[in-house]
Amino acid sequence: MKPARKQRLQLVIFIVSVASIGIGLAVYALRDNINLFYTPSQMLAGEAPQNTRIRVGGMVVVDSFVRNEDSLDTAFEVTDGAANIQIQYSGILPDLFAEDEAAVALGYWTSEKIFKAEEVMAKHDEEYTPPEVADAMEKAHQATDKNAPGLH
Amino acid sequence: MITELGVLPTAEFGHFALILALCLAIAQAIVPILGTLFNNRLWMASARPIACGQFVFVAASFICLVALFLGDDFSVRYVADNSNTNLPGHFKISAVWAAHEGSLLLWVLILSTWTLAVAMFSRTLPLDMVARVLAVLGLVAIGFYLFLLLTSNPFERLLPFFPGEGKDLNPLLQDVGLIIHPPILYMGYVGFSVAFAFAVAALMAGRMDAAWARWTRPWTNAAWAFLTVGIALGSWWAYYELGWGGWWFWDPVENASFMPWLAGTALIHSLAVAEKRGLFRSWTLLLAILSFSLSLLGTFLVRSGVLTSVHAFAADPARGIFILMFLAMVIGGSLLLFALRGPTIARTASFGWVSRETFLLGNNVLLIVAMAFILLGTLYPLVADMAGWGKISVGPPYFNLFFVPLVLVLGVFMAPGSTTRWKSHATDTLIRPALGIIAGSMLIAAGALFLLAYPFNLLVFVALTVSAWILLWSCRDWWQKSASSQGRLLGAKRLRGSYYGMLLAHIGVAVTIIGVALTSTYSDERDIRLSPGGQVSIAGYDFLFKGVVDIPGPNYMARTGRIDVSRSDVPRNNDLSRSDVSRSDVSRNNAPVTTLQPEKRYYTAGGQVMTEADIDGGFTKDIYVALGEPLAGDAWSLRIYVKPFVRWIWLGALMMAMGGVIAVLDKRYRRLTVRAAQADTSAALKEGVGVSFDAD
Repeated sequence: MKPARKQRLQLVIFIVSVASIGIGLAVYALRDNINLFYTPSQMLAGEAPQNTRIRVGGMVVVDSFVRNEDSLDTAFEVTDGAANIQIQYSGILPDLFAEDEAAVALGYWTSEKIFKAEEVMAKHDEEYTPPEVADAMEKAHQATDKNAPGLH
Repeated sequence: MITELGVLPTAEFGHFALILALCLAIAQAIVPILGTLFNNRLWMASARPIACGQFVFVAASFICLVALFLGDDFSVRYVADNSNTNLPGHFKISAVWAAHEGSLLLWVLILSTWTLAVAMFSRTLPLDMVARVLAVLGLVAIGFYLFLLLTSNPFERLLPFFPGEGKDLNPLLQDVGLIIHPPILYMGYVGFSVAFAFAVAALMAGRMDAAWARWTRPWTNAAWAFLTVGIALGSWWAYYELGWGGWWFWDPVENASFMPWLAGTALIHSLAVAEKRGLFRSWTLLLAILSFSLSLLGTFLVRSGVLTSVHAFAADPARGIFILMFLAMVIGGSLLLFALRGPTIARTASFGWVSRETFLLGNNVLLIVAMAFILLGTLYPLVADMAGWGKISVGPPYFNLFFVPLVLVLGVFMAPGSTTRWKSHATDTLIRPALGIIAGSMLIAAGALFLLAYPFNLLVFVALTVSAWILLWSCRDWWQKSASSQGRLLGAKRLRGSYYGMLLAHIGVAVTIIGVALTSTYSDERDIRLSPGGQVSIAGYDFLFKGVVDIPGPNYMARTGRIDVSRSDVPRNNDLSRSDVSRSDVSRNNAPVTTLQPEKRYYTAGGQVMTEADIDGGFTKDIYVALGEPLAGDAWSLRIYVKPFVRWIWLGALMMAMGGVIAVLDKRYRRLTVRAAQADTSAALKEGVGVSFDAD
């Protein structure tokens, strides 16, 4: 083999092996670091795993927001129209967080049916509703339609 | 004057100018190419004047849109959606590119500015090359004009019933950072279109040589420098405007600008090999195509609304499909051309395992691997959503897991790599100094941690060692290269601009790594509840909350907090009365540092609430205070952060960009005449390698 060609072959082998190690690592890391989204209905139906970081979203239920008087602890409920779950969060909520508006929380689903949020995201501007929340509301709406066809 | 503007059909003028610009872009894409096919010099030479004409019309169109904003013409939908009579004048101008339609118009304006620049500064290029490059740029422009006119016309009227008042600009975007961030970012994004056009032109001609690389390098460096500043500005804006003190979120929109940056960085380095040694040719072309494709992909991700992210704008599927098709045509077309013509350009030559080529190859592999990981993490949620695997998001831990080690490895190889020789380098002349420098770097890193009194952290120690390693190698390299029999000053002066550019950019990388490592690890961040008169001690500072007062702004009502910050070298109890002691009594242990006045703004037109943090910036640390929410009584929740060395992140980025600019200004890129370039071309073809003009 010509030296130049041999070197090129070595290079190709080097690049391919580096790339495959990389892809292997990437898939491994992705599996551990993706946060699945669940709707309140799915969570109450037991579809969401516990002790895994997940996301949940919905509309913040009117009059559900309570705040501890001495700390930054807060609690509120979100709904997809069919089911409500309680979210507990300690910290500063985003500016656009409000009751009857969409919110998405990142955190853990506990055995007491309470979602402990590490981070709460509200919608970003007046026009925008997070697509997951819009989707969840839509799904819950369709489900109620199916269960009670006479009502619509 | 303003009312007269309202009477003029400014919107129609702008729309019409845009259509004329499209017509000229079509001519620019077709006539010069026909010229190269039929060897008609007049047709080829028409590329330059057509490009100038295109610029004139798109600039006119842009000026019309600016005039509509300044004249508060709310009969134009885009103006009504993004402006308001009470909006300060400079924000009316920046509102032009605050949303989808206007930012696309800015995109094409900048594209045609780059095209004009190529037309003006390409006297040293052979005519057929100019014709091809400008034609490719014309093709890209056609895509964007069609996109604007068919799906996102900024001049659309709301007739006959238009609102008397606009909806106002999104308050997040009412900020000086947002006046300059998009134009500079786009200068970078769109600038890669020039490298792309050069690459496609080389493939069309089946000719790529050292002269080609030398023409392409300054354009790529310039685009890269703009993109670097653009990304840094975006990060800086997020830091002080989003109100929670983060400077990088691995948000898809940030990734969208970071991926072309990584590919562009790889391109800059492989262009060096293509110029000096005539190697990595097809790879360089591929990188040029990749960089621009990633810029387009970024535009698609941000503008089509496919993303769930803090930057998500209103979604419109028609737009997404248009960009996706455009993307497919540009990437597919250029890759097809590459597959057909690439083999005629490839050239093999051997080089030693320890040589600058190897190091630069390592640089390219690492950068592209890093880019690929980010691409995977960014697109995976979209793919999963389409495939029905559920709605997922990929969090920062994924990105950090790869990016941090890859950057550190890159840093390790970067420093010695820039001192090695082409072709082959004696291994022992690399290993001997390396041992000394490793020891020195570890000492410096340990010493820095000790002097700053930070607790030991392995990752920070490694990061500081790598940074010191880069700095020491750079100093050593400069010291050796500036040695001269006529004295060091003369020797230092004789080193070229591109060398100093490289040195500065590499030191910038070290500075950024230091900033990232120290800020990420040693920041003290507290969310806390305080009543007026309440005080808290964080990271050696006392924060005394004085309360909140209402202050009206031009188009908002502000509630402004006041926090007195003083140094507390000795930890004390939260004794409120002591802080109210007159300043002369305050001992050195409790010296006042600053008063911070963070704001909560309530915008009247849209009813939005915005947090304006107040930051006491410093070379070694930032003190960052933002108002959270009003709580019961007069109490507020507050974010109080002390972030060491955070400014070094952006300082390093500016140094990188400066390095790019200095390299662009290197005289050797301007010294060339057509004849010299052609002579070089034939010499390169004969020898099979690129020939360098420089004496080194």
